[in-house]
Amino acid sequence: MNTKKAAAMFVMMSKKNTLPTPKSPGTSTADATRYQEECGSCHLAYPAKLLPARSWHQIMTTLPDHFGDDASLDEGLQAEILAYLSAHSASNKSRMMKGVGYDDVPLRITELNFFTRKHRKIPERMVQGNPEVGSFTQCNACHGSGAVKGKFNEHTVDIPGFGRWDD
Amino acid sequence: MKLLIHALLGTTLSLLLLSQQTLADANSQLDGYRQQGAGPFSAEASERLWSSTSSNQEQSGRSCTQCHGKDPAQPGKHIKTGKVIEPMAVRSNPQRFSDAKFSEKWFLRNCKWTLGRECSAQEKGDVITWLNQY
Repeated sequence: MNTKKAAAMFVMMSKKNTLPTPKSPGTSTADATRYQEECGSCHLAYPAKLLPARSWHQIMTTLPDHFGDDASLDEGLQAEILAYLSAHSASNKSRMMKGVGYDDVPLRITELNFFTRKHRKIPERMVQGNPEVGSFTQCNACHGSGAVKGKFNEHTVDIPGFGRWDD
Repeated sequence: MKLLIHALLGTTLSLLLLSQQTLADANSQLDGYRQQGAGPFSAEASERLWSSTSSNQEQSGRSCTQCHGKDPAQPGKHIKTGKVIEPMAVRSNPQRFSDAKFSEKWFLRNCKWTLGRECSAQEKGDVITWLNQY
């Protein structure tokens, strides 16, 4: 091959791709922030990895009756948040989903097999009977700031009024 | 020195403009309601609405006070989740009503939950007026 051709090929091969690579929907930091802002305004913005995409879909498409509350969102925002949740949701193989059938659409994290197994030894007086906690839905009460990030390490648990959990 | 003075002037000006902006947005929301035929707005009417309990069957017993408290200058608490809600009164929380989209979103949800219907432009105007003055 002559030098001219070689040079042309070299230029073509090293030319930078100037078109922006489109990001998969729901994977930008802005999406995560939006989820926090919108869904964290009444309760902890539960980490997306705790439920499968089909559950998030069911929840996000029934917002006017969201566990008894009206959590309506405008369509655009709803779609963006659903994309975010789906992109980060639990896969069927994840340990979170143990015991959940492929056709099941669990709506409550606290009713997942995985969850109940992890929390089965905790006495009622520490949660439901504890005015500083009240319910297992208040993950951050015992799991602190790690909860919103999806970190629930047993060794960092601190139950208000009772202290660390020593198993 | 000159830099310091310029910086101070700049900050003061932008703070002034920002507070004007807050008031401007509340007022522009009120203007929007006036264009829909509402007004004049009454703080007393809002006070009554705030403390009233719904007589609708589905919304039986619900009231703004259940989450926002009787005194809007104090923080409230979500009746189910316990999440702290910042005060509604503008003097306690200057951010209130600075974003029309935000206000409309919450009016929509909360009126529907509490009253079983959307709040009218008159009711929303009354509420904003009361919370601005409280």
